[in-house]
Amino acid sequence: MSLRTDSPLIEPDVIARVLAKGRSTGAEFSEIYVEDKRSTSAGLDDGKVEQVTSGRDRGAGIRVIAGDTTGFAHTSDLSERGLLAAAEAAAAAAKQGDGGVHTIALQPIFRHPVNTIVQFPDTVAKARKVELLQRADIAARGVHGAIVQVSAGYGDSIKQILIANSDGIFSADEQVRTLMRVSVIANGDAGMQTGYNSLGHTIGFEIFDENDVEELAIRAAQQAITKLQARPAPSGAMQVVIKQGSGGVLFHEACGHGLEADLVGKGSSVYRGKMGELVASPLVTVIDDGTMAGEWGAIGVDDEGHASQKNTLIENGVLTDYMWDYIRARKEGRKQSGNGRRQSYADLPMVRMTNTFVTNGSENPDDIIRATDHGVYIAKLGGGQVDTASGDFVFGMVEAYLIENGEITEPLREGNLIGNGPQVLKDIDLMGNDFAMGGPGTCGKDGQGVPVGDGCPTLRVKSMTIGGTAA
Amino acid sequence: MSTTVDDLQAIADRVVAQAGAGEQIEAYVSRGGETAIRIYEGELEHFASAQSEGVGIRVIKDGRTGFAYAGTLDPAAIAEVLADARDNVSFGTPDEFAGLAIPDGVAQIPQKFWDEELAGYPTDQKIALTKELEKLTLGMDERVRVDEANYDDGWGEVAVATTTGIRESGRGNSCYVSVSTLADDEEETQTGFGFSVGDSPKEFNLQKAAREAAERATRLLGAIKPPSKRTTVILDPYVTSQFISILSSTLNGENVAKGRSFFAERMGDQVADPRFTLVDDPTNPLAYTATDIDGEGLAARRNVLIENGVLKKFVHSSYSARRMNTVSTGNATRGGFAGSPGVGCLAMQLVPGTHTQEELIASVDDGVLIQMVSGLHSGVNPVSGDFSTGASGMLISNGTIGAPVREFTIASTLQRMLLDIVAIGGDVDWLPSRAHGMSLVIRDVTMSGT
Repeated sequence: MSLRTDSPLIEPDVIARVLAKGRSTGAEFSEIYVEDKRSTSAGLDDGKVEQVTSGRDRGAGIRVIAGDTTGFAHTSDLSERGLLAAAEAAAAAAKQGDGGVHTIALQPIFRHPVNTIVQFPDTVAKARKVELLQRADIAARGVHGAIVQVSAGYGDSIKQILIANSDGIFSADEQVRTLMRVSVIANGDAGMQTGYNSLGHTIGFEIFDENDVEELAIRAAQQAITKLQARPAPSGAMQVVIKQGSGGVLFHEACGHGLEADLVGKGSSVYRGKMGELVASPLVTVIDDGTMAGEWGAIGVDDEGHASQKNTLIENGVLTDYMWDYIRARKEGRKQSGNGRRQSYADLPMVRMTNTFVTNGSENPDDIIRATDHGVYIAKLGGGQVDTASGDFVFGMVEAYLIENGEITEPLREGNLIGNGPQVLKDIDLMGNDFAMGGPGTCGKDGQGVPVGDGCPTLRVKSMTIGGTAA
Repeated sequence: MSTTVDDLQAIADRVVAQAGAGEQIEAYVSRGGETAIRIYEGELEHFASAQSEGVGIRVIKDGRTGFAYAGTLDPAAIAEVLADARDNVSFGTPDEFAGLAIPDGVAQIPQKFWDEELAGYPTDQKIALTKELEKLTLGMDERVRVDEANYDDGWGEVAVATTTGIRESGRGNSCYVSVSTLADDEEETQTGFGFSVGDSPKEFNLQKAAREAAERATRLLGAIKPPSKRTTVILDPYVTSQFISILSSTLNGENVAKGRSFFAERMGDQVADPRFTLVDDPTNPLAYTATDIDGEGLAARRNVLIENGVLKKFVHSSYSARRMNTVSTGNATRGGFAGSPGVGCLAMQLVPGTHTQEELIASVDDGVLIQMVSGLHSGVNPVSGDFSTGASGMLISNGTIGAPVREFTIASTLQRMLLDIVAIGGDVDWLPSRAHGMSLVIRDVTMSGT
C-alpha cells in the first residue's frame, strides 16, 4: 500500500452540503471533483541546467446535470464558502425549477490503487533530479561528434484527487507520475536531424533504478545520427511494418477515438452502429486497460470516481464495446467503463482512453520483415490525429527505414502516414508475438490533454500511404 | 498597459519588494475567467463558468534561475512560492546571460483590449446566439448535421513587476463562436468547421461561420484518394495561417542561438521568394493576438523578419538578445502564471498580394486547393525542415475546381516551400491564431495518395 494519508482533501460533511447545493435548482445529479497537485520539473538545454520549477495546482470543479444539460463551475477557493459559491453557479446553469432540499448520503471512501509507489518523488532531493539531466547530456554528446545540441527534461507530480457525487459515490486517488525526456540535434552535410526519447511511468523515483538514463539519451542520439544519412521518404501506398511499442499510436488513432461513446452517440464516429460486426482483421484484439500497473495511463479511479478497469473493445476483429463515461452510460442505461477523465479540476470530464493496446499474435517479428518485399519499417512513431467521422487518420514516423527484399536497408526522413481507420484495421495481415508498451503519451481532445499509454507487437499493414517526397 | 489593475499590481510589488542583496525577482500575477456554452440539437448541452488566479515568481541570483508558481493568490501560498523559487535557484547552472528584462524606453502603442459590451453581455443572449448559429448551419444544406455549436469568452487581468524596474498591469477580454459539422451521404460522413471572432458578440458574423462549416463538410462528400504526383497547391487562408505559424520557431532568436534553426547562418540571404514579406506585428489591432506588452513587460513592436524574401531579423527576448549581443525585439512569450518567459513571434502577418482566391485558382493549370491539413505536430520538423501533413481539398484543372480529394498527404521541406511560393492572395482573414491567413500558392509539392 503506497498511500501516505487517508484523510480526504475536503471533509465529508462539507462535501454533502456542497452536493446538496448543486441539486438545489432541480438537477438530478451533482458532483464535486477536488484536486491538489504538486509538481517539480527541471530543464537542461545547451549544456546548462536552465531552471528548476515547483508548481502547485489546487481547486475544485462542480458539475450539475439536469436532463441533457450540464452546468459546471470551478474554483481555486477550497473553503466551504468557495465551494458553495461554485455549486450555486453550476446549479444556476442547469436550472430546472425549484429542486427543494436534498440530503446526500456518501458511501465510505473508496480507493482502488493500481500502482505501487516505492519512492515518492517529493522525498527525493532536487539535486538528484538535476543530476539525471547532466548525465543524459553527457551520454548523448558522447555518442558522436555530430551531436550539436541536447535538451533534457525531468518532471514529477503527485496529484491527490477526490470525487463525490449525489448518487453517494465517494472516491479518492493519489496519482504519481515521473517522467524524463531527451531531445538531440545532430548536424551533417544534409542539414540538421533530431532524435527524441522519453520515459514515463505512474511510479516514483524508483523508475531510475529500473531504467538507465544514459541508455535513454544514447538512443535519442543514435536516432539523430542515423537520420543524418536518411533519404527522402517514398510517396504513395506500400507495405508498412510497425515495430512493437510506440506502434500502439496507430490503434489510438485508427480506432481508439472512434470507440469513445460520446463521439459514437453523436454519430461522429465511423464505428457507430457496428457493434458485433467484424471491423478489423481477425488478428486484431484491442484492449483499453486503466489498471495496467505503472503504465502512463494507469489510474486507480477515473475522474468521475469509478474504478479503472480493463475493457476489451475489439476481439479477434469483432467490435465488442465502446468506452463510456457517466453521461453516456446513463443515457444508454448501462455501466460506466472507467473512462471518464479530465485534464484538471477546471475541465469537464469526457470519454477518454487510458492504456490502449493490441495483444500478441503468433509471428516472429523478424519473419514479418523477411516476408516483406518492398515497404517501410517504422521503428518509432510520433503522434497522430484522426477525423473520427470519416475515419481518416495520420501518424508521424520519427524513425523509419526502407525494407527491400525482406531486409531493413536505408533510413528515411520524417513524415506522416495517412490511412482510413476501418480499412487499415482490415489490412493488418501479420501480427507479431513481441508485445511491448510504448513511451508516455498525452492525448488531446476538445482542448484537454490527459496522460495515456499505447502498445502493440510488431505488425504489418499490407497497404498504407507514406507521405514522403520521393517517387 | 492602458488600464491598471491595482490589486494585482500591489501583490506583484509586494513580492518584488522582498528581494535581497544581489537578487533579481520577477512576479507575474494574473486572474481570469471564462464562459463556455455548447448547444446540441437545440438544447444547452453544457454551460461552464470558471475563474482562476495565480502567481509565478522567477528569482535570479549569481546567474542562476529558479521558478515556482501556484494557482492561488492566498498570501501564505505566495510566500511558499517565493521560498520555492529561491530554493530552486541553487540547482541552476550559472549563465552569464541570465537575467530579467530592463526597461528600454520603447513606448507602448495604445490599443483597446477591453470591451464593456462583452463584459456585460447577458448569458441568455450568449445561449440564444449559439442556438441561432446551430440553426443557421443546419439550414445551409439538408445533408448537414451539427456536431456541436459553441460560444466561448474569456477575460484576464495581469500585473508584472521586477526588481529591474518593469511595472505593468492591464486587462483584456475576447469572445468567439465555433461550429463543427458532419455531412452525410449514404455510408460516408465528412466533417467541417466554421467560426467567428469579435470584440463583442455583436461583431459575430454567424452567417459566414455557418456557411463555411457547411461548405467545408459538404464539399468533401464523394472525395476520392488522388494519385501521387508533384503538383501546385493553393493553401486556403486557414491552412496558410498554420503554415506561417510553424515558421515562428525557425525565426526564434533563442533557437538560433542554440543551433536549432536552419536560418541560423542565413541572415541577409534570399530564403524565400521575393514576393514573400513576413512581419511580426502585435501592434496591429486587427491581429487576434495583438498586445501592447510582451511576456517580460517590454513594449510590443513591429518587426520585419523576412523582406522581399531576404532574411532580415530574428525575434528576441531579453535573454536571447543578451546571448546574441543584440537587443530584445519585445518577443518574450508567456503561457500564463505557470510558465516562465520563452521567445516567439506574437502576431505574424504576410504582406498580402492583390488576387482573390478565385483568380489564383484560375491561374493554376493542374493543382489542388488544400482545405484542411492534419498531423502538423507529427509530420513537420522545424529543425530539419521536413514537412509532411495529411490533407483534404479539391483538385484544380485548367483553372477550375474539380473533384474533392481526401486521405492524401502533401510534402516538401519548409526551406523549399518558401522559395517555391508563386503567389500570395489578397484575401486576408484575421483568424483566431498567432498568424493571419490568406491564400498561398506553392509549386512543386509532392501529393501522396494511391
